Formats: sequence, structure tokens, C-alpha cells
Amino acid sequence: MNQKETVMKEQWDLIIRPYRNLFDLNFKEIWQYRDLLGMFVRRDVVTVYKQTILGPIWYFLQPLLTMLVYVVVFGNIAGISTDDIPQPLFYLSGIIIWNYFSECFMQTSDTFSQNQDMFGKVYFPRLILPLSKVVSGLIKFFIQFILFAGVYIFLLIQGVAVMPNLAILWVPVLLILMAAMGLGFGLIFTSLTTKYRDLKFLVQFGVQLVMYATPIIYPMSAIPDKYKTIIFLNPLTHIVEAFKYAFLGHGSLTAFGLLYASGFTIFILIFGVLIFNKTERSFMDTV
Amino acid sequence: MSDIVLSVENVSKLYRLGEIGTGTISHDLNRWLAKIRGKEDPFSKIGAVNDRTQKAESNFVWALKDIDFKVRQGDVLGIIGKNGAGKSTLLKLISRITSPSTGLIKIKGRIASLLEVGTGMHPEMTARENIYLNGAIMGMTKKEISRKFDAILDFAGCTMYVDTPVKRFSSGMRVRLGFAVAAFLEPEILIVDEVLAVGDAEFQKKALGKMKDVSQREGRTVLFVSHNLAAVKDLCKNGMLIKNGSLSFSGTAQETVLEYQKIVGGGNVYFHEGSIESAIGNNNIRILEFSALPTVGEEINIESGINVLLKFYNSKPNINIDATFELRTSDEVTVFHHGPLITQKNDSKTGIYNVTFKIPSKLLNAGNYYFKVIFGENQRYVLYTNPDLISFEVQNISIGSNSSTLPGVIRPNLEYAIDFNYL
Repeated sequence: MNQKETVMKEQWDLIIRPYRNLFDLNFKEIWQYRDLLGMFVRRDVVTVYKQTILGPIWYFLQPLLTMLVYVVVFGNIAGISTDDIPQPLFYLSGIIIWNYFSECFMQTSDTFSQNQDMFGKVYFPRLILPLSKVVSGLIKFFIQFILFAGVYIFLLIQGVAVMPNLAILWVPVLLILMAAMGLGFGLIFTSLTTKYRDLKFLVQFGVQLVMYATPIIYPMSAIPDKYKTIIFLNPLTHIVEAFKYAFLGHGSLTAFGLLYASGFTIFILIFGVLIFNKTERSFMDTV
Repeated sequence: MSDIVLSVENVSKLYRLGEIGTGTISHDLNRWLAKIRGKEDPFSKIGAVNDRTQKAESNFVWALKDIDFKVRQGDVLGIIGKNGAGKSTLLKLISRITSPSTGLIKIKGRIASLLEVGTGMHPEMTARENIYLNGAIMGMTKKEISRKFDAILDFAGCTMYVDTPVKRFSSGMRVRLGFAVAAFLEPEILIVDEVLAVGDAEFQKKALGKMKDVSQREGRTVLFVSHNLAAVKDLCKNGMLIKNGSLSFSGTAQETVLEYQKIVGGGNVYFHEGSIESAIGNNNIRILEFSALPTVGEEINIESGINVLLKFYNSKPNINIDATFELRTSDEVTVFHHGPLITQKNDSKTGIYNVTFKIPSKLLNAGNYYFKVIFGENQRYVLYTNPDLISFEVQNISIGSNSSTLPGVIRPNLEYAIDFNYL
């Protein structure tokens, strides 16, 4: 009789408890819902520019116009050096890699508040949604990368002396680091904002501020010594610098930089996933 | 071998009342301190019973308290209760939208909840894209959806509009599309919350039929929350009544619906539980029970006849009491006035009186009626008046070849004769 009962207990497919172990992550379940991830990506990509005249051209226009503004404002008016790299290439490379980070961060940082209607009605592993944003951000990145490559090849034909080097093999790693860091921060922010809305106000201009603390519109060499430590401590610096180095030959790709950025990213991502996992169970009561 | 597929064990859910978001840091700190010292959550002790008619004494309320039940494979369980009783909260816990404060919920097999139809559908996307998206949200794989795609479109009845953005659909069509996707889910346990309240009559019939199919032919387990008592009686084997956050009755669906009608004012049965002092009324009179039930059959219709019962407590001795019943239609037309004398000559006693009478069949026409009841002394002074404690609907049934509702407040069966002469 007793034996029968123990057998019975093991048969439950799912047990819902009031509290769950912090590290109780169900990756198997996320894998089971991978089709849903694909659908969400499709939804994002298909619907963004519905009923616009220019459609996906906006993917190009946004970085292109930003680049032009940077060329005028930072390059010509402020006269910030670009280390002899053609200004369009210098800014564009920074813009696209930065865009990917900010896309991952901004899009995931309001996961709970944006989707509360859906989350209130149906269960699926909530992590699917921020993950889908990272993937659709990647698609957007590739489209913008085509623009970058176009400008790059155009200038190459014009005889500008830039050459990609072997460091280009690191680019996938750099992209993963960017995605993971954006996602990690996004998860932390969305989890905290379910209860304390204050952080929401930080997201918008916080990203702007951090961008100025990252060598996007200026090269490392142009930084006065007293600010160097701050810029150097910013893990994004190393990723952006490595990306620029791979394509433009200027910048820096150091083992220390990459290790530091990777360590930081892993920590943020794990912390983000854990806090997100804890929040997802009860956020409907506090949102 | 037991075939229990869902086991809810002592589940409770605590909610915070009022505005959330101000001063919660201090509460959070308090909680956290209690937690690290190994004590109970300091706010869960003071949670009040979920009764929205009472003024809250504490900031926390038990939306559900110690719910305990088991559901067997193939069971169709109807969950009923007043608005805010905690039905939807219970479904949300079972479908993992939010987590319980205490207790365990154990589930066997795949579970799908339909707390809404068409969740996550995007207005800019086409019907085809939305079927895939919605299906995936509900937990289907792409392959599964592709296999059932034609059947879903067919059930929704919008094959023609498969490549039209959903925003061009009428709201009814959107609901149909959403329900169609849900109808082809194949979970072991299906949870349905009042989604059938939308859509036209034809669609509701179709949806109910599909649910019947799912439960009876395919042997799946269904949890069904609804205010549509007829649907609950029709679909469900068993019922569960939730009152103020706790399980107050469980039994067959029929019994549960009857029990529910007893606690809901405005139905055809009023039944008071508890002390006489807390019953509806005043210091002279307290109404303990008041009901209008069909003389024959399950529902009140134009042929059933109605038994009326009034049970009340009288506190005034040695007076003459009368009780006047005024039957009124929902458009405030008084149909009749019936005033039986309870006592004849100043000899009332303190205690409980029962008054019964019968409204004959084939008297009232189909429609909604309610009772006003006036207690009087010596047919001159009013002891207590209740304007509308119980109401009921008389259903139309076809008599002979006539199936439509006839005009008029009453529909008496008059005796008649016909005489005919040639000129």
C-alpha cells in the first residue's frame, strides 16, 4: 500500500508550489516552446513596419540618419577625432553594435508591463518573450550590418585604407556578449519595475548616458586620462572596441578586455535570469 | 490505480487591498526580516475573509482560503459562485498565471487554459499568421498546428479571409477564430473561464457542443467556470460552489446550482443561514426563507405552476399579522395582490411562521417576475416591506403549434364555447 503511494507521487507531471527554489529553472520547457519563440520573432519582424510606405527601409534609414547627424555634430562641429578612420565608417560601426545592445536591453526591459494582458491569460515560459526580442534584434542587426558592409565596400573601392583582419572571427562572440548583457540588464529592469515603477524612467535616458560612457562617438585615444578608468571599467567598452578593431583595424582587442566583459556579462545574465524567474511567478499580483 | 489528474491541496491566495506600490518597500523589508528569522509572513496572519460586502479591517485579503479538492480523469467540473468569490483566481493558480500563497497543486498531463480566446493575436497579422501565433502561445508546436490548420479554419468559418489582417475582422469573427484554435488543442485538462459569454447564439451553441464533445467523447477533463447555470447543468457532471474565497459546497452539478441559487439574492430562492438577528428584515419581522419553485419539473415555465414558500420570524406577540404578496412583472406591472391573514384575532406568537401558496399552471405568461412582500398589523400598519427579495423567469414552451411568446401579462387557459348558425 505504502509502495503504491510512492509510485503515485512520482506520477505527477507538474506540482505547483507557493515558493520555488531560486535555481529551479526549467530549460527543458523553454526548449519545448521553441516554436513559440519563432512565432514571436516573426510577429516582431512582420508587424513593425506594417502600413508604412518605406517599410523595412526604415531599418536602414535610422542608422544612416543617425550617422549623418554624428558626422555633422561630433565629427565636424565638435571636431572629435576618429583616429583617421573615415567618419561614416567609424560612427556606423559604433552605431550598429550599440543599437543591438540597446535594442536587446530596451525591448526586454518592459517585458512584464508590455505583455501583462497576455501573461494574465495564458501560461508559457515567460523567458521566451525576452529571448525572442534578442533574436529579432539580431535580425535587425544583420539588416543594418548590410548597410555597414555597403558603405565599407564603397569606401574600399574608393581606395580608403581600411582592412578587416582576422579578429573578425571574434564577431559572433562579441554579438553573443552584447545580446547577453542587454538581455541580462533587461531582465533585471523588467523584474524590478513590476513593483517599483521608478526604474522605468531610468531606462530611456540611462541608455543614452551609458552610450556616452562607451567609445561610440570617440576613439579610446581621445579620452583624457582622468576619465580613462571609468570608460575602461565599462564592460561595453571592450566589446565595442573589439568590434571596431575587427573591421577598422583601430581600437583594441585584448584578452583581458574580453575576459572582463565576458565575466561581467555572465554574472549579469545569471542574476537577470534568476530574478526574472522569481518575479514571473507572482508578478500578476503586483504589476 | 487512482485516476486523479488534478489535486488541489489546501491552496490559499493572499492579496493586498488598496493601492499597490506605495510603502511596499517597508512591507518588503518586514517580510524579508521575518523570513530570515524563520517566521511566518507577518501580513498573512491578518488577512480578512474575501467578502466584498464587508468593510475591510486589514489591508490583506484571502482571495482563496484552504481550497482542497480532487478531479478525476474525464470529469467535467463546473465551478460557480458570485462575482469576486475567487473562481477566476483559482483558475489562474491552476493555470500557472500566478502562484498560490500556500498549498500545493498537482497536475497530471498537459493542461491548457482558456481564460480568454485569441490571446496574443496581433491585429496587423493575417488570420493564417495569427492561428500559428495563437496556437503556439497555447502550447502547440508548429507541426501540430499545420496538421490541424484546415480544420481550425473550417471551424472558425473564415476560410475566405485566411490572408486578411485580423484587424479587418468583426469582433465576433475574431472570437470565433480564437475559439477555433483553442478547440483543437488536445490537452488532458482543459480550463475554460466564461469565454462563451461572447459571440452570437449560433456560435455559443457550437462552442458548447465542442466542449461537450471534448469532455464526453474524448474523455478529457474539463474545469468550467460560468455564470450560465443552464450551461453548467448541461455540461458538467460535478459542481463546486465557491463563496467568499472558500469551498462552500461540492456535489453533482444539479445540486450545486441549486445551492448557488439559495445564496444569491435576486434568484428564485432565498435562504438565510446563521442567526435570526442577521436575517433580512427588521426588529418586527425577519425573513428566513423565500422561494418560488416549479410545481412540476425542473424549470418554471408557463405550464409548470409555481409553489411559493415564505418562512419568517415574528417577534411581536398578540397582534394580528398579515402578509401581502404583490407579484410584479419586470416592467413594474402588478399582476396580482394576494394578502393572506396569518393570524385571525390578536393572537400572534413569537416564532417562525410558514406561508405557502400555489400559482396555478397556465396563468402567468412567459417573462420575468418578482415578489414584493409587505407584512402588516391589523391590515393597517406596516411591520416590514421587502421590495424584491426573489424574482423568477417563466419560460415559454410551445403549446400545440404555437412556439412564440404571446403578448400579455397573463396567459390564462380560458374555457370557451362556439356557437354557429346559418343566416
